[in-house]
Amino acid sequence: MNEALVDISRLQFAVTALYHFLFVPLTLGMVWILVIMESAYVITKQEIYRDMTRFWGKLFGINFALGVTTGITMEFQFGTNWAYYSHYVGDIFGTPLAIEGLMAFFLESTFIGLFFFGWDRLSRGKHLLVTILMAIGSNLSALWILIANGWMQDPVGAHFNYQTMRMEMSSMWDIVFNPVAQAKFVHTVSAGYVTAACFVLGISSWYILKGRDLPFARRSFRIAAAFGFASALSVIVLGDESGYTVAESQQTKIAAMEGIWDTEPAPAALTLFAIPDQANRTNHYEIRLPYVMGLIGTRSTTKEIPGIKQIVARNKQRILNGQQAVIALEALRKAPQDAALRAAFEKNQGDLGFGLLLKKYVADVRTATPAIIDQAAWSTIPNVAPMFWSFRLMAGLGFSFLLLFGCAFWFSLRNRFAGKTWLLKWALLWIPMPWIAAELGWVVAEYGRQPWTVYGLLPTHLSTSSLTAGSVVASLSGFVLFYTGLLIAEMFLMVKSARLGPASLGTGRYHQETATPHGKPQLAGKEA
Amino acid sequence: MFDYPTIKFIWWLLVGVLLIGFAIMDGHDMGVGALLPFVGRSDTERRVVINTIAPHWDGNQVWFITAGGAIFAAWPFVYATAFSGFYWAMLAVLWSLFFRPVGFDYRSKIEDPRWRAFWDWGLFVGGFVPPVIFGVAFGNLLQGVPFHFDDTLRVFYEGSFWALLNPFALLCGLVSASMILLQGATYLMLRTEEKMAQRARRAAMLFGVLTIVLFVLGGLWVGHLDGYVITAGGEAAAQSNPLAKTVVRAAGAWLANYQRYPLTMALPLLGIVSAAAAVSLALVRKAGLAFIASSLVQAGVIGTAGVSLFPFLLPSSSDPRSSLTAWDATSSQMTLNTMFWAALIFTPIVLSYTAWCYRVMRGKVTEQHIRTNSKSVY
Repeated sequence: MNEALVDISRLQFAVTALYHFLFVPLTLGMVWILVIMESAYVITKQEIYRDMTRFWGKLFGINFALGVTTGITMEFQFGTNWAYYSHYVGDIFGTPLAIEGLMAFFLESTFIGLFFFGWDRLSRGKHLLVTILMAIGSNLSALWILIANGWMQDPVGAHFNYQTMRMEMSSMWDIVFNPVAQAKFVHTVSAGYVTAACFVLGISSWYILKGRDLPFARRSFRIAAAFGFASALSVIVLGDESGYTVAESQQTKIAAMEGIWDTEPAPAALTLFAIPDQANRTNHYEIRLPYVMGLIGTRSTTKEIPGIKQIVARNKQRILNGQQAVIALEALRKAPQDAALRAAFEKNQGDLGFGLLLKKYVADVRTATPAIIDQAAWSTIPNVAPMFWSFRLMAGLGFSFLLLFGCAFWFSLRNRFAGKTWLLKWALLWIPMPWIAAELGWVVAEYGRQPWTVYGLLPTHLSTSSLTAGSVVASLSGFVLFYTGLLIAEMFLMVKSARLGPASLGTGRYHQETATPHGKPQLAGKEA
Repeated sequence: MFDYPTIKFIWWLLVGVLLIGFAIMDGHDMGVGALLPFVGRSDTERRVVINTIAPHWDGNQVWFITAGGAIFAAWPFVYATAFSGFYWAMLAVLWSLFFRPVGFDYRSKIEDPRWRAFWDWGLFVGGFVPPVIFGVAFGNLLQGVPFHFDDTLRVFYEGSFWALLNPFALLCGLVSASMILLQGATYLMLRTEEKMAQRARRAAMLFGVLTIVLFVLGGLWVGHLDGYVITAGGEAAAQSNPLAKTVVRAAGAWLANYQRYPLTMALPLLGIVSAAAAVSLALVRKAGLAFIASSLVQAGVIGTAGVSLFPFLLPSSSDPRSSLTAWDATSSQMTLNTMFWAALIFTPIVLSYTAWCYRVMRGKVTEQHIRTNSKSVY
């Protein structure tokens, strides 16, 4: 395969996925904040909670529009740029995507229309029901896409069929209840909840700092503080669960993100700080906490965590087996009825994916030299430094959210937050941080899966379409152009609406909408 | 568990149902988008037009997304071949769809007329370009597309984007655009009043007549095209391997199914008769019935294309044995069965809550409504 094509296809996927993921986390969390606010409205019947639901809903809508726009790209992209991947694993991977559409997108997208336009046509209770169904829909869509993604990380419930040259489903049950998928789901949605809570907390803090719309901002702050505190706790606890499952199924990923070059005797130490050195396969300036990694990674004091060098040695053997599997498969494709060939293939079938790694270097795997096999074995480890740092930054931010929401929740319980300028400024400053953490999380999960599209089964370099690199460069330029324009429009509207605040609803009850000293009503803005 | 040939055939029907559902539901939104600059003259009128579909377009767009997901899951060979082969056509569809969510949601949030005019034309592009391209794609399917598989079943497409724009394919693009515009126009008749309903009515009659003329023309042309015939292998019960068959081109082969199963003649007839009915009903101002007739046009035309090709899905002109059929481009039996149950459970649920949403939002959208709710509508 053409190296340039593979690289540019990967870049396009990373750019479009990271961009899509700017909008997804806020959606996942905002829907529940809207449910909480609207429930408060239905219970107390106070107009202000309805206004809160509508105003934060408005910001949610601006974000949602781009989430939808950029989401379609993802569905197209598997087919346009990753055609061989689509063929090779479509039998498994397509199913959660289709069910996502049927079960989740329809629910979310149908009720989002009623959420915005149904206020005057539905009773309070029915409108709340609509909001709840929208929230369930958006969170279910995260479930199904992470079931699909979880399968790429840990491909359970599937087998290879040499007649159709692809992976086929053995058990839908195993795919749905894949522990990796379940852990990823709860971790990802909690991260989304933190994002939304930070967003509402930060903007509400800004209103309080400006001394405007205080009853509105205080109520929003308190809801965000409580919701955010619970979410920040769960994102760490469940993130740790996510780490645990990573340790089970993808030791490579954990070794890379922890910079573990040599197998650690149990219980392994956690490296807090280090400068990983890929060339010399070691770390410099390490600061280590004894026992901690063993406890997190294996939930025991007796199991060891395999290091990179040991994993490479093991993978080298798998590549040698895989090489035999590829040779047998190529012969079997020419003589599908030959029982001896079939037996030869089935003997090493489990390592077929590792054999396919050699296709990056040689067209005929028989010609792979020991040096190439060595190189292929080392290619099974993602670069340590980006993994190591992305993970540490993400985890560090995770603890900062816990601290922020801990303070916000504490002072909100004691009703003393409005005077705590340092807290309000911190919350305002921290608005972008959950996005940074979420994008880093994507890097850890997906860059950390390299060199595979489906771990152990299908190497990335075989997964592309038969396109020219030039075509993909051209389409990537198109995406960059569109996405830049869309992001500018989105940020402009978001900032504008946030500045305008609840006055943007035009109810006449908010900042600069009410009577001026001269007694005449004055509108803060003309826009809708 | 259905046996393999049965479930393969069921999925051929189900993908057809999804495509027809897409044309009826997302199609009327696209038609409305394409008619927007013409049916709405002033800003308020355009907001009326947009707000007839404001609560529904997002849900309806899921028909498109689900059809894509279902093709991925049920026919992975087709998904891989069509999306990577028709690369620039697919990107053109995708990029024109970009204008819709943003156009709907952002357009009326800023008052500048240039901003609003930009998104009005953006919504036009998002409503007009995709149906044209889908029609062009079907036009190319009926002529065969140049691609082949290697022994690892990796697909190689040999054509260019410009080759897709041949006369017959462009005719099919116009058929598709006309029927989608008809769908949008009858919907606008139903949901607007006075001047706008009048303009929509004229559009419905125009595009109804165009649909009939172009569709009949296309039908006559198809009789002279080379179709494809399986001569050996490719049995319905076999595992999905496109290379395990031989295929030849044969003049008039696309009409063979109508001779073999005369009942299928009902589909092209349905297309023509319902288009004529839609025009007549628009003439006598029966908007609701005209919309139903127009929806039947979508079923008739898409069904005609499907039956003509059957069992082919994506014939290959350069290496006919690589052609994809409903028997050898599918997923495994287990996947098809699993997906069948998912579709059986969720489709009725989706249809019921969609119907409820339309019921809640029923009635005409008026200029008065836009003016009094200027800050909460699109």
